[in-house]
Amino acid sequence: MFGELNLNLEEEAAMVLFGIGFTMLLLHRNLIKKILGMNIMDTAIYLFLAAKGYIAGRQVPILTDGVTDPAAYINPIPSGLVLTGIVVSVSTTALMLALTIRLYERYHSLDLDRILISMKQEEEEQL
Amino acid sequence: MSKRKSPQELGRYLKFKRWLAGDLDLLEDVTEDAVPVAAPEIADRLPARDSALESRCRASEEVYGPEVWPQSHAPGYAQAWRDRVALQKGAGDAQAVLQAQEKSLGFFRAVYKIMAVLLCGAIILVFLWTTAFLPPFGNPDNPANNEVPARYIRHGVEETGATNFVTGMILDYRAFDTFGESCVLFIASCCVQVLLRVDACDGKSAARTRIQQENDRLFEPKNDGILQQTARLLVPLIMIFGVYIILNGHLSPGGGFSGGAVLGSGLILYLNTFGFAKTERFFNERVYRRMTLCALTFYCLAKSYSFFTGANHLESGIPLGTPGAILSSGLILPLNICVGLVVMGTMYSFYTLFRKGGM
Amino acid sequence: MSFVQNFPFFSIILAMFSGIVSSVLKGKKARVLSICAIAATMVLSAAVLAYCAATGESYVYWMGHFPAPWGNEIRAGVLEGLTALLFSAIMLLSVIGGVKYTQTDVEPSKQNLFYILIDLMLSSLLALVYTNDLFTAYVFVEINTIAGCGLIMITQTGRSLTAAIRYMVMSSLGSGLFLIGLSLLYDVTGQLLMSPAQEAVGEIVESGQYEIPLLVIVAVVSVGLAIKSGLFPFHYWIPDTYGYATPTASAILSGLVSKGYIFLLIKFYYRVLSPESVVRSHIGNVLFLFGVAGMMLGSLRAIMQTDTRKMIAYSSVAQIGYIYMGIGLGTPEGMIAAVFHIFSHGATKALLFLSARGLYRVSGDRTDFLALRGSGYRNRLAGVGFLVGSLSMVGFPMLSGFISKLLFATSAMASPGKMLTTLIALAVSTVLNAVYFLRLLTGLYRPARSGAYDAGAGPDGAAGERVNAPGFRVAVLCLIAFNLILGLFSQPIVRAITEGLAMFS
Repeated sequence: MFGELNLNLEEEAAMVLFGIGFTMLLLHRNLIKKILGMNIMDTAIYLFLAAKGYIAGRQVPILTDGVTDPAAYINPIPSGLVLTGIVVSVSTTALMLALTIRLYERYHSLDLDRILISMKQEEEEQL
Repeated sequence: MSKRKSPQELGRYLKFKRWLAGDLDLLEDVTEDAVPVAAPEIADRLPARDSALESRCRASEEVYGPEVWPQSHAPGYAQAWRDRVALQKGAGDAQAVLQAQEKSLGFFRAVYKIMAVLLCGAIILVFLWTTAFLPPFGNPDNPANNEVPARYIRHGVEETGATNFVTGMILDYRAFDTFGESCVLFIASCCVQVLLRVDACDGKSAARTRIQQENDRLFEPKNDGILQQTARLLVPLIMIFGVYIILNGHLSPGGGFSGGAVLGSGLILYLNTFGFAKTERFFNERVYRRMTLCALTFYCLAKSYSFFTGANHLESGIPLGTPGAILSSGLILPLNICVGLVVMGTMYSFYTLFRKGGM
Repeated sequence: MSFVQNFPFFSIILAMFSGIVSSVLKGKKARVLSICAIAATMVLSAAVLAYCAATGESYVYWMGHFPAPWGNEIRAGVLEGLTALLFSAIMLLSVIGGVKYTQTDVEPSKQNLFYILIDLMLSSLLALVYTNDLFTAYVFVEINTIAGCGLIMITQTGRSLTAAIRYMVMSSLGSGLFLIGLSLLYDVTGQLLMSPAQEAVGEIVESGQYEIPLLVIVAVVSVGLAIKSGLFPFHYWIPDTYGYATPTASAILSGLVSKGYIFLLIKFYYRVLSPESVVRSHIGNVLFLFGVAGMMLGSLRAIMQTDTRKMIAYSSVAQIGYIYMGIGLGTPEGMIAAVFHIFSHGATKALLFLSARGLYRVSGDRTDFLALRGSGYRNRLAGVGFLVGSLSMVGFPMLSGFISKLLFATSAMASPGKMLTTLIALAVSTVLNAVYFLRLLTGLYRPARSGAYDAGAGPDGAAGERVNAPGFRVAVLCLIAFNLILGLFSQPIVRAITEGLAMFS
């Protein structure tokens, strides 16, 4: 079943990173580490895509010496997708960091559980 | 004849009535019933009473409101003082409850960690198993290397005018995605403004304004000669490099996003060296807003024109120029410039918003 | 090419453009622009619907100068037109109805940002509805997520900030899974547009190659979108998120945003995979199971709440369960019922969130059941709105909820394996719905404790006129009418859905 694993080493590295990032984002209590996990997860996907665009022995997809033969260049599509993906993940990261700053200003903690507990206490005090 | 109710029945009935009236919370948390008596220990851990500091804390609480605790004044003491206040109040007992809860959570946390590792392992295994069946790495016969990239490469130059096939693809063949992507950046900067922008006119966030400005003094330039001389040398180079990347986006690696990020970092360096007063002479919030508006509006209109003509099978009438020249490839160059401006503004505004809540 | 065919594209760009322009406008102008843009979108979508219904077929629209496998495309048919029309109608009513509350809940200097978020939310929903390209779908899913997060945290209370971060974490997980599913799909098919991808998937299924990656892709994309729409085991972020936002935002988030993802999932099943291969992958059974579990547990949690906001939010969990149950049935009838429930729930939840806020307003901004006692007299219109919404949720005849329950029940008859479970689940969940909604309703029309509220807001009937802004009145009345229309004249809508789903494949 795992006999062909050594054919796709790059993709496997991406998948391992994806698993680590996913778990960090889901289960880590520290908000900053959650954000790090999210970035690891996204980057793993870009690694996967970039690996999928590569073709052994070919050039970057920029016209050189007027050659327009598809057999001379690697696949440009995954590169384009990675570009788009990077911008999306920059935006999400900025938003989550801003949220973290606000929560830290308010509850003086980066621990999501603690934040939730102090939020509930605060609300009880208000009642 | 009605039978008399037994006490239990009556109790249950009363409970039901209370529930029906919405008076009773059936979901009362069990952990909150546990009575945490750790108060004396906390009192021991507190530092000795420091009346001067305490009055300072109290004063700043009056100024800033209880919502914003003046961490900057006395970080360690502030927390201790808060604990003491909580202890004195008796009812709140914030820290003690927290500790008791954390103690009861201890076992749960251990299980949680093991579950996390197991989950991680499971996800990794499933995906590794999947990759074993994927097409091999670097093989030209993979399904992804079909007629789609072939056309991008074979006819890309004559159809888009860009010698960089990736730029040709994202700004011409698949331009709608890229427009969406600029909008992601735009909306993220709006959200960050919602969260972090501090508006002076507004009473609610007056405390935040003051805190932010106070914090910001730590960063203000201290007229560091070495830094300023280096920045005088570097900032123009960085800016020229950014402009170069944007203008050559259709000819070589680069484009609006990467060039805009370089320009933005150049601006941030300038800001950090020379301070807000100097930077705002040429780049303030009004300039930023108008620049973003113009760039995105142009992007929107230009692409709408191109989509409209494309879908209705009309000629767009935009000359593609000679491939390889700077002024070529139709709309791609102006679009790259627009994207570059938007990205530069967004990067800079992220920085200023994170630092002191506005430009 | 007919000029009407441009309208889907116009509506997306119009919504986006008004968002971009709003960034330099003041709050009030941004609001007017936003309302105009949504209304225009509604008209354009209606034209698209009429056009597609008249010609009886769907069409693809090139976004650029290049055809299918090379350039972006959008696609419009009867179902897309109908969904866009109803989504923009619900959004328009939510915005109009919540104007007053938006003014009080949002900082004055940030009003225009709120309407930017609304505009971009609309454009992303439309793009998700119309798109024929998977990567475009991903980009707009992200816009939708970020705009949703902005709508949650715009009130900037502690509760909404924590709700926003939880929402963001769960949504990022969903997006990550969706994107990796997309990348795997691209790897095995080499296509990003839906129509060529479907051909490629068909070839793969026939040749038997890449069977396991395909299974993983189906699972990962389904789970990703299920997380984002809040299916049962992933519903933890829902109560805070929906419960504590400003009413416009609650109505939009609960009524439309989660539905956008479900619509995308349906599109993925029909347009990229084929219904047969979905049935073969058994993902339907999983969704069915979690859908039924969500119906039960969501309702049970709703019963346990004493806070109205949380109760309504937990009822959303249950209703999302209904939709996934319909998808999980794996039959065309089940899918029709699910799509109808998307509309029915969207209209009803918007009504409930808006009118609930009207009730809190006359109860000293308190939300627990005791404080709301008698508020049905203090604010007549909101009381009636809440009554209609609740009865529709319970499945009272003549209202939209009844029709969707009927459709679910009849569709269950066609799938023998799941018939009994579905029917029992429907019956039990109806009883549970009735328990929590009727408990609140009886409270609403019971006299309040004496002296709890001042005489001005007493049960004299005139109070309702004063407390409600004109926009609120219009919105609640329209939403009540909307519910009645969906309930009384459901036949043409069901026929349109059937036709539209047939156009999908």
